[in-house]
Amino acid sequence: MAGRGRGRTQFTFNVDSLGFGRGEALPASALVPSPLFPPLQFRPVPLPTGEEVDYMLALKQELRASSKILPSHIRPGRVKIDVDRYSDKYQSGEPKHSAVEWNPDWSRLPRELCIMGPKTRKAKARPPLKHKVKTTTAKELVQKLETLEKNEKNQSEGEEDEEKKKTGEEEEESGEGEDYDEEEFEEETDYIMSYFDNGEDFGGDSDDNMDEATY
Amino acid sequence: MTAQEVRLCALLLQEHFGEVVEKVGTHLLRSGALNLRALVKKSLCVLVQHGMCTFGPGRRGPAGPLEYRVSCERILYMLRYPRYIYTAKSLYGDTGELVMEEILQRGQMTMSNTVRTVADRLTQNMEDGQSTDYNDVVTAFSRLVETHFLQRFSEVPESPVGGKGGVQMKMVTWVQELQRKPNWSTQRWESRAVHTHLCECIYPQHQPLRCNSTPPALSPQACGDEGIYWQVNVERFHLHFRHQAIISAVASKLDQTSSEIVRTMLRMSEVTTPANAAYTQAVSANEIFRAVPPSYNISRPILDQYLTLLVDDPMEFVGKAGDSGGGMYVVNLHRALANLARATLESVVQERFGSRSARIFRLLLRKRHLEQKQVEDFAMIPAKEAKDMLYTLLSENLVQLQEIPKTPDHAPSRTFYLYTVNQLPTARLLLQNCYKAVGNLIDRRLFETKENKRHLEKSQRIEAILGSLQASGAEPAQLAEVEEMITAPERQQLEALRHHINKLDSSENQVDETIFLLESYIKSTSCSR
Repeated sequence: MAGRGRGRTQFTFNVDSLGFGRGEALPASALVPSPLFPPLQFRPVPLPTGEEVDYMLALKQELRASSKILPSHIRPGRVKIDVDRYSDKYQSGEPKHSAVEWNPDWSRLPRELCIMGPKTRKAKARPPLKHKVKTTTAKELVQKLETLEKNEKNQSEGEEDEEKKKTGEEEEESGEGEDYDEEEFEEETDYIMSYFDNGEDFGGDSDDNMDEATY
Repeated sequence: MTAQEVRLCALLLQEHFGEVVEKVGTHLLRSGALNLRALVKKSLCVLVQHGMCTFGPGRRGPAGPLEYRVSCERILYMLRYPRYIYTAKSLYGDTGELVMEEILQRGQMTMSNTVRTVADRLTQNMEDGQSTDYNDVVTAFSRLVETHFLQRFSEVPESPVGGKGGVQMKMVTWVQELQRKPNWSTQRWESRAVHTHLCECIYPQHQPLRCNSTPPALSPQACGDEGIYWQVNVERFHLHFRHQAIISAVASKLDQTSSEIVRTMLRMSEVTTPANAAYTQAVSANEIFRAVPPSYNISRPILDQYLTLLVDDPMEFVGKAGDSGGGMYVVNLHRALANLARATLESVVQERFGSRSARIFRLLLRKRHLEQKQVEDFAMIPAKEAKDMLYTLLSENLVQLQEIPKTPDHAPSRTFYLYTVNQLPTARLLLQNCYKAVGNLIDRRLFETKENKRHLEKSQRIEAILGSLQASGAEPAQLAEVEEMITAPERQQLEALRHHINKLDSSENQVDETIFLLESYIKSTSCSR
């Protein structure tokens, strides 16, 4: 008996501390994982109320709302919904931010983060190029004129005038090139930018007391 | 950084800075330090601007690519912004509040920008015809700097990124100089005065901008302080919050007068005590007597009695450090924090598992190691229930089991099993639970907003229409018609939604207070080691 008991019925630890006797039924084994939201035994204490709490709540909500307008809130690029459209090329991808432009102090950030750099360089490169072009064309034209004067003194005055007018026009053009509306000149199309509006903004600003359903 | 912290950071970043920044931030958090190739530059700029990301020479040395490191702590502090702003408001009024709000939202700003923006905002809110004097805003700003709530933003990429604090300037001379200048009604500043003194106070590594003897004529837009950025000194705010917690604990345990005494002691030793010290500098009873506000009318012997009471209190907030000067007293900061954390743990157990489990928990905290039988006896709880509660606490990991073998073969019948509670690991566990809780709260709020997006948009549109109608002076009949566009059940739904979101937001603020306490405690233990 003792031998048989030793092998089978004797546990290696003190059974009393388990809370159930040897002969009693073991607690039922769980066949499912424990519930995701187990029922609460005690209800949580209610939130504190008071002026301070309300004020901080208002502050928090205001902070959240205003941080969405700030330039540091970066929206992901527009996802293409369906087919590529021709107008996509001429619509700016980023929505225009609020009046506050974001100009961090680039001297405090590492140079490799400076994405605006190339863009500003491009913009700056264009006018100097134009200037150079202007000066070269002006110089070349002046030289041309001189040579033409020298070589072809018999040319009619009209042609010379025409050339001068042309140079004048070209100078004006290159001077006015910067003055053209960005909309019209930037992308070198023949259409103004509003041509490419696809009507999304139409009707959204109506202040009239229109009925929603029109028959 | 644990998974819960990363998740919470992701949600916070997404809310304030958009999805792109969130992805970048979480990627960095998960992978430690990375160089530039994998990342979006703009979001990095945003993070650096707000002081959450630092960069420096990478593993390959100064010649290699720069490495960026995101600070998890700094992102989690975003939860506490409303508290910072509210503190600034209570200390320095509306102007201080607006200054703090501007700087918190932009990360770092120059003083001139801040003053201009805040003055504009104040003018908008005031009646027509009045305008804010720039002087008020400047005063508020300089007071914030003097009390170290604002600090210079430490900068320059090439210098090693050491230490979290910026340089805390002795702005006294500068502020005095500014206030001596008479013509503050003009919008443009006396650039020369600002110049010379800023050059004097300038951080040694920083190249001073135009520090010649003859400053060039500045346009009205450019004031003399380009390149000098200010940020919020969160450590100082945390110190303030810690002191507030200690004072309110003393007030609730003893009485108002003792809390005033402790407040006086803390105020006196604020400037001289180093940041993470375990004790404040000792102050003598004579000094305390002189410094206590006169409205309390405490006589000298009564003050002595109060001090003895405070020293003898088992909470051990105040300790006696010597006898000179009528008795030298210190405030035990670390011990106070430990006690506050312990009280938090106990109350968490009480609210989740009931007061009897809390009794067992407190018992184990005090007696350290107890056997199961001893627990039942000391707690005076019947055996079966005590077992049940102990096992529940054990399964939640709030209580640990320690084995002490009698024999080398660890036979279970010949081993002692002792239950124990370790305060520090339990505090860490609860802190992670808090992070998870806030993450869940934010998730739920986003879910609720998304579910009711259509309703919200409709109500916003109608409000906009109403506003424009009122501005253009429409008849009340038209207004009523527009208001009727929202049906009554929709209105109810919107009301319920607003109520839920307010509750969730308020809970976030509340959990953040617990987070602050537990974080301070954990940090204090790591400092003292």
